[in-house]
Amino acid sequence: MATKASRSAARIMMAPAVVLLLGWMLVPLIMTLWFSFTKYLPLRGDSIERGLDWVGFTNYSRFLSSSSFWPSVQTTLIMVGGVLLITVVLGILLAMLLDQPIWGQGVVRILVIAPFFVMPTVSALVWKNMLMDPVNGIFAHLWRFFGAEPVAWLQDASLSSIIMIVSWQWLPFATLILLTAIQSLDSEQLEAAEMDGAPALKRFWFIVLPHLARAITIVILIQTIFLLSIFAEIFVTTGGAFGTRTLTYLIFQRVIDSQNIGLGSAGGVYAIILANIVAIFLMRIVGKNLDA
Amino acid sequence: MGQIQLKQVTKSFGDTQVIPPLDLTIEDGEFTVFVGPSGCGKSTLLRLIAGLEDITSGHIEIDGKDATDVVPAKRGLAMVFQSYALYPHMSVRKNIAFPLRMAKMDQSEINKRVEGAAAVLNLTDYLDRRPGQLSGGQRQRVAIGRAIVREPAAFLFDEPLSNLDAALRVGMRMEISELHKKLETTMVYVTHDQVEAMTMADKIVVLQAGVIEQVGSPLELYRTPRNTFVAGFIGSPKMNLITGPEAAKHDAHTIGIRPEHIDVVQSGGLWQGTVGVAEHLGSDTFFHIHNTGLAETLTVRAIGDVSLTHGDTIHLTPRAAELHRFSADGLRIA
Repeated sequence: MATKASRSAARIMMAPAVVLLLGWMLVPLIMTLWFSFTKYLPLRGDSIERGLDWVGFTNYSRFLSSSSFWPSVQTTLIMVGGVLLITVVLGILLAMLLDQPIWGQGVVRILVIAPFFVMPTVSALVWKNMLMDPVNGIFAHLWRFFGAEPVAWLQDASLSSIIMIVSWQWLPFATLILLTAIQSLDSEQLEAAEMDGAPALKRFWFIVLPHLARAITIVILIQTIFLLSIFAEIFVTTGGAFGTRTLTYLIFQRVIDSQNIGLGSAGGVYAIILANIVAIFLMRIVGKNLDA
Repeated sequence: MGQIQLKQVTKSFGDTQVIPPLDLTIEDGEFTVFVGPSGCGKSTLLRLIAGLEDITSGHIEIDGKDATDVVPAKRGLAMVFQSYALYPHMSVRKNIAFPLRMAKMDQSEINKRVEGAAAVLNLTDYLDRRPGQLSGGQRQRVAIGRAIVREPAAFLFDEPLSNLDAALRVGMRMEISELHKKLETTMVYVTHDQVEAMTMADKIVVLQAGVIEQVGSPLELYRTPRNTFVAGFIGSPKMNLITGPEAAKHDAHTIGIRPEHIDVVQSGGLWQGTVGVAEHLGSDTFFHIHNTGLAETLTVRAIGDVSLTHGDTIHLTPRAAELHRFSADGLRIA
């Protein structure tokens, strides 16, 4: 991109993609905003062709005053936080383990990455039916083998179960990114710290962890984006029951189950606001790690 | 105090023995340089002393106490690495303070020592910067600072200057030498650069394939190399090693003559040949001479700027007193 000509050529060539992506984002966003201020109940005969009634902030106040709203926000935050905590902590441990020279390293690494390639719906179903089923699940067999009463995971520990499933899916992602980061750590730094009298735990704390800070930040930011919109895992396991209704799921129920598009759209706008609040906090906490 | 003794030390990686049984004593306060070609085991030897590698057999004694199984941190040694190995996320101050912090030293004492070290190394203005904001030479000084604050029994340097440019290297060489004079602490220094070895060392240990070829002061090694390897390794440019009938005249398998001990004469020299490459350095000129009737190409130093160029005929006379004689197995004949 040295010359003026190549710069303007680049702009022209990028323009279609930029316009397309912008449109892709702006059109749904504007329609959501529009719907959220209207009464839009398709089963009662409302449609765009016939014109929607403008109802102001009614949808917003109704969504907010619903008894399910605050619990759903809480559930969302617990789920995102729980998955982040598990994936980052276990990811660091696994990455350090995989960094050790072991026999069959290549195969082990592929196996570790495998869960990431399983579709969310499939993995949730596998967990639900093969592992967590209170009668036939492997966990139930295991519990009975040790003489314990099998746990009805998705009823009695529903939120933790879903956190477990989602963590299982995202752990490979965290591990992979953290592994590459650990591999870039200069071994002489660790040796220097050893000479300086730092035992293993302090070497981890003072050398390895700061080295990983940037990778951890990336993992947290990227995962948060995807975790805020978790849906499939809830849909196929609990269907939003037993305290697993996140904000995303609540919106889905308002739009699809109750067929109230206006109310759901208002919820969507709240979801955007929540995502931005989370983003601001995250950038405040970990964003400084991204400055070189 | 910082006397280091190696007794019958060996090191094997799997089935390959990189260091056969080796004995060496490094006296307290001495500046010892391990020098040898790449892969001769000099860095491994240093790492064995540091404790970063376990020795396969033998003993290491520091100040007369067996340190073979002592962990690196407890040996009282400080190491400066080739890559400096500074902690990039810590300021210079924290880098230097790190070993003291690990030793749970008093904060006021830490500050005192860090500032003392920074003053010695001209780092006072940079204490609050990160290593990434420093030049190569400054980073090197931080690494040395981190070593000196611990007041170790001995310093270990692993090719510390090889990442610096030529001019800086000469400067740092002097600084390290001066530091040694000031601290009077034992220093063990690994390098592949024989100029560094010659200029800095009290004692040079020449290594080849894990074996000590010769130990001695720089001038001892220069004047009386024990074998052809040391003869060829110490001195720049390399000593001319001549075999064949010319050597047989001196009752030797090989004779050695340094480039600076061959005189260029107008006519009637012992050898004559044609000039190949001429390296003009201003103060000296090095000629590479072909067609002398000897099997080897000769290197000759002429003082000043001698106006001989490629293809010219040159007459040479070696100084008989400076001739080194070696037997068929490469050892010096006295």
